[in-house]
Amino acid sequence: MNPDIEMTEKTTGGGGKYDWFWFLLPALILVVIFFFLPIIITFFISGTNMSTATGFQNWKWIGLKNYQRISSHPETLEHLWLTVKYVAFTLVFFNLGMSLVIALLTTHISRGVGFLFRAVWLLPRITPVVVYVMMWRFIAADAPYGILNQIIIKPLGLKTANWLPMAPFLFIVLVNGFIGASFGMILFSSAIESIPKDLMMASLVDGSSYLQRIRYLIIPHLRWPLLFVTTFQTLSLMTSFEQILVLTDGAYNTEVWALWAYHKALSTYSGNLQWGFGTALAAILVTIGIVMAVIYMRYFKFEELVQEPKIETQ
Amino acid sequence: MRFKIFFSRFVPYLLLIVVTLPIIIGYVWILISTFSTRTYGLLPVDKAGRPGGWTLSNWSFLSKPEIWMVTSNTFILASGLTIGVVVVSMMAGYALSRIKFPGRKAFLSLTLILHAFPTVTLLIAIYFVLRWISVIPVLGRGLPIIGGFGYNTLGGVILVSLALQLPLGIWLMKGFFDNVSWDMERAALIDGCSRFRTWREVMVPQIRPGIAALSIFSFIQGWGSFIIPYSYMVNANRATIATYLNNLLSETAPTNYSMVAAVGLFQLLPVLVFYIFTQKYLLSIFAGGVKGAA
Repeated sequence: MNPDIEMTEKTTGGGGKYDWFWFLLPALILVVIFFFLPIIITFFISGTNMSTATGFQNWKWIGLKNYQRISSHPETLEHLWLTVKYVAFTLVFFNLGMSLVIALLTTHISRGVGFLFRAVWLLPRITPVVVYVMMWRFIAADAPYGILNQIIIKPLGLKTANWLPMAPFLFIVLVNGFIGASFGMILFSSAIESIPKDLMMASLVDGSSYLQRIRYLIIPHLRWPLLFVTTFQTLSLMTSFEQILVLTDGAYNTEVWALWAYHKALSTYSGNLQWGFGTALAAILVTIGIVMAVIYMRYFKFEELVQEPKIETQ
Repeated sequence: MRFKIFFSRFVPYLLLIVVTLPIIIGYVWILISTFSTRTYGLLPVDKAGRPGGWTLSNWSFLSKPEIWMVTSNTFILASGLTIGVVVVSMMAGYALSRIKFPGRKAFLSLTLILHAFPTVTLLIAIYFVLRWISVIPVLGRGLPIIGGFGYNTLGGVILVSLALQLPLGIWLMKGFFDNVSWDMERAALIDGCSRFRTWREVMVPQIRPGIAALSIFSFIQGWGSFIIPYSYMVNANRATIATYLNNLLSETAPTNYSMVAAVGLFQLLPVLVFYIFTQKYLLSIFAGGVKGAA
């Protein structure tokens, strides 16, 4: 049968006209309650002075005052600069740099061993976050317990310390970077493996070195995944704070923007929860998130992914 | 020349081992530490600091009733999340893959946008949603086992986790349904089978690998999830293993980390078992673009 005819063929069977609605309903309800509603709530509350002091009854509409407070807040620049630094370092050294190195190395060596190393690099991603952070805290811990002190610092005769408060920025980058690297690693290594074998052979015959091959053959081939990983992971890093929350809870100057918002609005340590101010901080991230998500959808050729259904019911 | 070949052959391995070392060390430490009194670096020692000190005493936490409470909570959370995500995603994924209806393209692009959208930014607002659900009679906080769907209930935590994972689930399930042949479905529909029955009896059995992949992934996510129970359960240290462990971790000095490590390994073990035996399935999800932390 001609597939084109098949495409438009109508069946006379048991499908009803509104079947699709019932299939979508549960998802639709959840998306409305836990995506749409929260987005509206975020922007709405960011325009009020709502806090535990005002409660849910006595709050007032204050327009853009929360945003003015953010722009004049003494800590704003500090958190902003830290967030930029944190995203940039983690992205460059791990989500792009390390993941590219691992993808190149594991596709260069024997297949089985390469696969094994990639499997190890996926471990941090599937390990429960608190267990994973616990490992890093012990690596950083003071002598004689901490691994870093026992293995490197002591044999070199340097002064031991608890390295988490000593180098907090380094550790938030490491903790997130070792999780983040596996994302690019998977995309890059499958892209490298998809490079036609004869292209690789041709460059070998030409006598080009491995480094030349990386520069002139592999990297150009990876342009698309590189762009995807960069944009996708920038957004992820900018908004994620779970690992930092468990590692330092924002202590030692590690309170990134998203964690700042979370603390202001939901942390029970400070007596008064500033819901208005906290949601205003979050609203900025939500806005960036929506804009960037829409851009990806447009940019990463959504139309091609959509397949038309072949069965129509009357 | 010989040196050069040796060099080019072994340098990649050497480099890989060096960069991977922190991960390997972390897992080796947790294994050693769990069975020793305390550890100096990776070396197990006794109380006086002499090498040795192997012990099983770190596992004594297993006799405390609270660990079994948080474990059963964690299990309910992970299973509830898994069942919810799989069923809802299979229904929506089927409609998006196989039925033509007005707004299908819009819904598909919405799914993609939500998939790229960083959901953690909504945690603060969802707090208010849960507070409102709490007010609803029975559904809010009057259900057995999960407590309800409102603030400070296990059901609420499950529902939020489920919703936030839906875009990924729907997208995956749609992809799996796309690959199923049309013939059987058409035959079933022509024979007068209802859409729902066709879905349940003809289509669902054909995407078993997809269901397995999404189930395992969701279970692991639910089992390890921290930020959602931590944010929405009032007595967070008694909510799930993750929040319980976080509490232990924050109040324990490195001296007694071995005891905490045992609880950590207890939480890690099921994940490792799943990972070792079902890697093939999990990779199909990671390759589909998981966002997650970083």
